[in-house]
Amino acid sequence: MIPTHSHWTPLLGRLGPDAIPTEPIVLATFAAVTLGGIALVGALTYFRLWSYLWKEWFTSVDHKKIGIMYMVLGLIMFLRGFADAIMIRSQQALGFGGSDGYLNSHHFDQVFTAHGVIMIFFVAMPFVTGLMNYVVPLQIGARDVSFPFLNNFSFWMTAGGAVLVMLSLFVGEFARTGWLAYPPLSELAYSPDVGVDYYVWSLQVAGVGTTLSGVNLIATIIKLRAPGMTMMRMPVFTWTALVTNILIVAVFPVLTVVLALLGLDRVFHTNFFTNDFGGSPMLYVNLIWIWGHPEVYILVLPVFGVYSEIVSTFCSKRLFGYTSMVYATCVIGILSYSVWLHHFFTMGSGASVNSFFGITTMVISIPTGAKLFNWLFTMFRGRIRFELPMMWTVAFMLTFTIGGMTGVMMAVPAADFVLHNSVFLIAHFHNVIIGGVVWGVFAAINYWWPKAFGFKLNEFWGKVSFWCWVPGFWIAFTPLYMLGFMGVTRRMRVFDASFDAMRIYYWVALFGALLIAAGIGAMLIQFAVSIWKREEYKDESGDIWGGRTLEWATSSPPPEYNFAFTPKIHDIDAWADMKAKGVARPVDGFQDIYMPQGTWAGIVLAGLSTVCGFALIWQVWWLAVVMLVGIVGTAIFHTFNYNRTFYIKADHVAEVEAARTAQLAALEKGAA
Amino acid sequence: MASTNLTEQYYDLHEHAHPDGYSTTLGFWIYLMSDCLIFGMLFATFAVLGGNYAGGPAPKDLFELPLVAVNTSLLLFSSITYGFAMIAMQNGSKKGLIGWLILTLCFGLGFLSIELFEFHNLIEEGAGPQRSAFLSAFFTLVGTHGLHVTFGSIWLVTLLFQVGKHGLTEANKRRLSCLSLFWHFLDVVWIGVFTFVYLMGVLR
Repeated sequence: MIPTHSHWTPLLGRLGPDAIPTEPIVLATFAAVTLGGIALVGALTYFRLWSYLWKEWFTSVDHKKIGIMYMVLGLIMFLRGFADAIMIRSQQALGFGGSDGYLNSHHFDQVFTAHGVIMIFFVAMPFVTGLMNYVVPLQIGARDVSFPFLNNFSFWMTAGGAVLVMLSLFVGEFARTGWLAYPPLSELAYSPDVGVDYYVWSLQVAGVGTTLSGVNLIATIIKLRAPGMTMMRMPVFTWTALVTNILIVAVFPVLTVVLALLGLDRVFHTNFFTNDFGGSPMLYVNLIWIWGHPEVYILVLPVFGVYSEIVSTFCSKRLFGYTSMVYATCVIGILSYSVWLHHFFTMGSGASVNSFFGITTMVISIPTGAKLFNWLFTMFRGRIRFELPMMWTVAFMLTFTIGGMTGVMMAVPAADFVLHNSVFLIAHFHNVIIGGVVWGVFAAINYWWPKAFGFKLNEFWGKVSFWCWVPGFWIAFTPLYMLGFMGVTRRMRVFDASFDAMRIYYWVALFGALLIAAGIGAMLIQFAVSIWKREEYKDESGDIWGGRTLEWATSSPPPEYNFAFTPKIHDIDAWADMKAKGVARPVDGFQDIYMPQGTWAGIVLAGLSTVCGFALIWQVWWLAVVMLVGIVGTAIFHTFNYNRTFYIKADHVAEVEAARTAQLAALEKGAA
Repeated sequence: MASTNLTEQYYDLHEHAHPDGYSTTLGFWIYLMSDCLIFGMLFATFAVLGGNYAGGPAPKDLFELPLVAVNTSLLLFSSITYGFAMIAMQNGSKKGLIGWLILTLCFGLGFLSIELFEFHNLIEEGAGPQRSAFLSAFFTLVGTHGLHVTFGSIWLVTLLFQVGKHGLTEANKRRLSCLSLFWHFLDVVWIGVFTFVYLMGVLR
């Protein structure tokens, strides 16, 4: 059969001096990251921030802090994923007329794989999970999630997966297979190095976190809603979060299995997806898309919720068609399971099967269309305030609709035989993921930032970012639509002479990508300027946009217990209802509040799991076994801790709430 | 006055915190369903690949049904004894609970030993997981179930210590109920394995 690796030692497994890459680009990055890392560690030590970070953040079980940590993780990984994007765009612009560009194929193949993996798993996922974590408990009037320790653990598992992906840049290499690692290419016979192993284990570690956070948020939404909040009174964002998390729990196990089977093929030489001994690569493609298609709805449904909240807030009226919005969300959730085969019409399943999946795919555009009309009708005759979140929302509605239409084009199997694997597809999914998910996250950041930190984001730089991003996106991807029609396939590194006429399209696309880079730069400046001038941008009211849902009933940032008294809900848009009725905030009679306690166990367990993943990648078996024993041992040790809660004393609550009362009184006085 | 009434109407002024473990049963159920999907996918994989012998041995040549029958009954009995353990717990009998749990553990370990013995024999015969896609799928499905039983057993031992140390506290009762769900769930999965893999396998 397949020979095992030429060098393997019991002590270090496959690790050897050749694990350190020698390419100048990678070495320079490595040096920069090392120096930056040393500077960061030095600064944290110098300012004595370690114990603060450990106590207040790393071991915190507060859903708000965990949500913010998810967003920070997403942002860091976004910069890495975007660096990959710029490398792809510039390599493709340079690789013409006999030039080899500046990336060799070994490196280029890793770059496009890492770009896809990072953007989906370690950017989009942390972003939406972070938003749900932060906002959902506040919107349903809860004090935390159902399983706060699990929440902390989930975050660190996601971060652990990200660490493994980043590590592959400097120790060994990443997969060169494309972001879904199709066999037989990803099998040992064709990818004997550690790249695919990094892929498998980073996603397994992160996947545990994602699944558990899904379980956690479903339980939270079902069990911890404030009294009176029936299902049909839940804010739309919470509804989309519920459906999203049901999708997560229902499909991430599929990913776990398919990656485990690929891992078994690679380590134990089983024959699930091999070409011989009865294996079936097509089984892998089916299984991974049974996860993969619902995954795109996992990403987009929460941001549909974000847009819904923003549209109704900035039009100062109740969302049009709340009920139909809820049903549309559920229908999308269900239908998302019945379309996976449209990712491989060309595999040869036959006309009837292809027709079935083509039709289900087209059907899914109906509930999505209903959502768009709901947003439009909410805006119709609303008093629209074009603040930044609303601007992103309008850009989304225009852009996403076109992305949706190109999707329906490819849902026609006959057309897909032409467009399959072309850059038309690349343009389509970037059209929906950037125009839908990424912009939705930006809208959400601009919308909820004041809630999380108590001050607003700078508008000027926000607008600069917006006006770089939106045209930048279209300039970057319209050429790809056109090239796709000409039949250019994806993942090309160099183009021979017959492509010369197409060079201009790649240069235009590169220009678009650079505009997007400027947009990202402007966004970072926006954050920096806003933090710098946070006193100037301060929001004392806690309800800066005239919000309609319960998170705006708290101070900004909310106290660690969220609500001193749990609100009772009588209507959709509970906070708007309370404001309309003139409900006075209770100012005395505070009680002790029962809260979960921070714990070290999450970060330690996830750290052990990450090291275990590293050991499995490099086949350092003794270390993997030690870590596995360590994980089980630590988990058992943790279960012996029965004291996981504490009381926030009524005195303390009264103090915090009195300060809030004074703050609101001063605000009223200033307004009068 | 009206505004005070409104406040009372809109805020729960005399609330009681949710009891500990308020969401645990639901959360554990949801987790079990996700685990169920893992088995579902492994069954699906077995359904697709189970006939691909690649010129190697088929179920008829490999499976010894009497052994598997013993194994199955061990696991089924372990579910019954776990049920008795839960009844003892309801009756507040710590001794009874511990006794039944130890019996359950013995059945579980017996099951695992026979399974390992079977695996060992198969590999000796040259029918290891590398031999064909059928055997890859077989070992992975049955092995994943075995791995679950192993973790269930480790969990059970942990609970034995915790019950011994802290007695029948609410937290321990909750944990015992979760393990009970887990244990019966593994039983149900095994019935699927026994039927689809072994019985229908030898019929092929």
